[in-house]
Amino acid sequence: MSDVVLDVQNLRVEFPTRKGTLTAVDGISLQIRRGEVLGMVGESGAGKSMTGMSILGLLEPPGRIAAGSIHLSGDRIDTLDDRAMQTIRGRRIGAIFQDPLTSLNPLFRVGDQLVETIRLHTSLDKAQARERAKDLMREVGIPAVEERIDNYPHQFSGGMRQRIVIALALCAEPELIVADEPTTALDVSIQAQITALLKRLCRERGTAVMLVTHDMGVIAETADRVAVMYAGRLAEVGTVDDVVRHPKHPYTVGLMGSIPSLRKDVEELQMIPGSMPRLNAIPPGCAFNPRCMRAGPRCHREVPRIATEQSGAACWLGTQGGVA
Amino acid sequence: MSIRPNAILEVDALERRFDVSAPWLNRLIERKPRQTLRAVDGVDFTIQRGQTLALVGESGCGKSTIAKLVTGLHPPSGGKIRFHGDRDRLQMIFQDPFASLNPRWRVARIIAEPLRTLRPDTPLDQVSARVEDLLRTVGLAPADGLKFPHEFSGGQRQRISIARALAGEPEFLVCDEPTSALDVSVQAQVLNLMKKLQKEMGLTYLFISHDLSVVRHMADVIAVMYLGRIVEIQPTADLFANPLHPYTQLLLDTIPDLEAPKRDRSPMAGEVPSPVSPPSGCSFHPRCPRAFDRCKQERPQRRPEVHNRRVACFAAETTLERIPHV
Ligand SMILES: Nc1ncnc2c1ncn2[C@@H]1O[C@H](COP(=O)(O)OP(=O)(O)OP(=O)(O)O)[C@@H](O)[C@H]1O
Ligand SMILES: Nc1ncnc2c1ncn2[C@@H]1O[C@H](COP(=O)(O)OP(=O)(O)OP(=O)(O)O)[C@@H](O)[C@H]1O
Ligand code: SF4
Ligand code: SF4
Ligand SMILES: [Mg+2]
Ligand SMILES: [Mg+2]
Repeated sequence: MSDVVLDVQNLRVEFPTRKGTLTAVDGISLQIRRGEVLGMVGESGAGKSMTGMSILGLLEPPGRIAAGSIHLSGDRIDTLDDRAMQTIRGRRIGAIFQDPLTSLNPLFRVGDQLVETIRLHTSLDKAQARERAKDLMREVGIPAVEERIDNYPHQFSGGMRQRIVIALALCAEPELIVADEPTTALDVSIQAQITALLKRLCRERGTAVMLVTHDMGVIAETADRVAVMYAGRLAEVGTVDDVVRHPKHPYTVGLMGSIPSLRKDVEELQMIPGSMPRLNAIPPGCAFNPRCMRAGPRCHREVPRIATEQSGAACWLGTQGGVA
Repeated sequence: MSIRPNAILEVDALERRFDVSAPWLNRLIERKPRQTLRAVDGVDFTIQRGQTLALVGESGCGKSTIAKLVTGLHPPSGGKIRFHGDRDRLQMIFQDPFASLNPRWRVARIIAEPLRTLRPDTPLDQVSARVEDLLRTVGLAPADGLKFPHEFSGGQRQRISIARALAGEPEFLVCDEPTSALDVSVQAQVLNLMKKLQKEMGLTYLFISHDLSVVRHMADVIAVMYLGRIVEIQPTADLFANPLHPYTQLLLDTIPDLEAPKRDRSPMAGEVPSPVSPPSGCSFHPRCPRAFDRCKQERPQRRPEVHNRRVACFAAETTLERIPHV
């Protein structure tokens, strides 16, 4: 059996509007293996969350998957109906979002929420499920579990709440976790706790993780591979070392250069001039061409694609024929 | 006390408490006492004209409260704020560029407002000329003045906030997490603009951020806060080269590092304590790897007489003694 947990092929997500159809995700292919963390980065609005939502089956209408396929450990899931997807979400894919309060019900004690979720996905009885809930809370690093299990969500700090959400996502031992900016609302000390936890789960349980974040430092320390998105397309994919240290795509180069350093002093930060095009105004050819210093005639005619799924840049530079 | 040479802002023993008691009836029935939260608990700092002082620290440590005290949005509960500049030329850039712009006003009107407040008799054609200038200064086009805020991206909206703040001809800008809502490429545009304006117009910044790489790029002096107090203050390069307070050391150790990633980094232990019932003595002691008996009983002194280089920690004070004062 292959150890590819998530296999996304040519995913295309569209939003029909009165003024025409917007393409939020435009032909994305990615794979995540057992025990691997794939980091997803890119400009705000690039389509990271839409990709995650498609995998989770949580696209809000009128948004829809218009083309492509999504397989989870060999099973096709993008064609399943809502009910079937709901089961998959609890049992085989865990979701963690930026705001833990969207995943927790403020009116119920966290222990009861965990027990309910565990019972939904396993055959444990109530007492067994409660024991399992305590184990999970311990596993995500909640101190004094016996005292805390009957607390309400508002009685926990932001970081603890996010850990409860992770515990919820783990209830059924999913094969895949989709974490969309799980630490953006938290400060560095708590962020470090959450990312350490995700990494450990990955290592110890072989869970595959898709981690969406703006923080390149977090990516550098957590992810095995990185996917960079720009205007609904993949700009670059590769190992952390390749993408962070030897970026190939001019957008990735600009992105890495614009991050203030903890070591080097610069008078001025490197900037990418301009801003990402709106979805209804994506130029022909390479979507990055209006901002690219190295664009040539070909960049305005033909859309560059990444050669393989494992690594590479969607850019005409360095290809046969180049940008001319 | 005399004005420190060239200081534009002096903050002495500043305090701000909030009453966070349960409603009166609940207190009566459940026999709960009144509860006070010390959001800012004895803070001293000085900012020199034309410089940038940054406040850093975990969420809830009191950074925004200080910003609001300095701008006069909150009255202090104790201590003094002395501003040796023109109060009318003190402006603020808020954390959230989405919430702080009036959605029903066109951008030109939003930017013109502080100018109209400052100089009500300015003729209309001069106002619009100035607005066009400001739009260009922040990298937008004069035609953008006709649009509404929702027609702009996050980074562009933050530029509009900056243009509005500049319209009041500020000499002092309080910036509360000005780039936290933006992605890194847009952040670079906004930070470069702020630095350029500081150089050209001699602006002074009180700069708040929880991102230490941003702070390192922007600040001359950094004050590290923990639970409403400044635990350490040092010039930027010194703070990074030689952090003195155990909390600062842990904070610097915790930042994910792009250039030298530590994939087995161990996170800081313990939870942030509640500001309603802070730990006794040094409030960092439950999480401090260097804590000893004295730390539980006694609060390290503020030593307000020393500026821009001090630490509130028993273990670190001896180290500081060996550093020559500047
Ligand atoms: N309901 C909708 N109708 C039309 N367009 C939409 C809708 N929801 C999202 N979009 C567009 O889809 C695109 C992708 O959005 P997405 O949320 O995936 O971005 P993202 O990469 O997650 O950005 P961020 O970093 O800001 O979270 C955006 O340009 C957004 O404007
Ligand atoms: N109006 C208020 N009433 C009661 N408590 C308040 C009020 N404003 C702030 N606080 C409390 O004061 C403390 C300091 O809050 P402040 O907003 O200054 O923190 P901060 O350092 O800016 O945090 P962040 O990084 O999350 O913005 C917090 O515990 C907060 O809950
Ligand atoms: S394909 Fe052309 S425009 Fe696009 S990033 Fe490469 S060089 Fe630049
Ligand atoms: S005073 Fe004591 S507890 Fe506080 S930081 Fe210093 S060593 Fe740690
Ligand atoms: Mg998103
Ligand atoms: Mg704040």
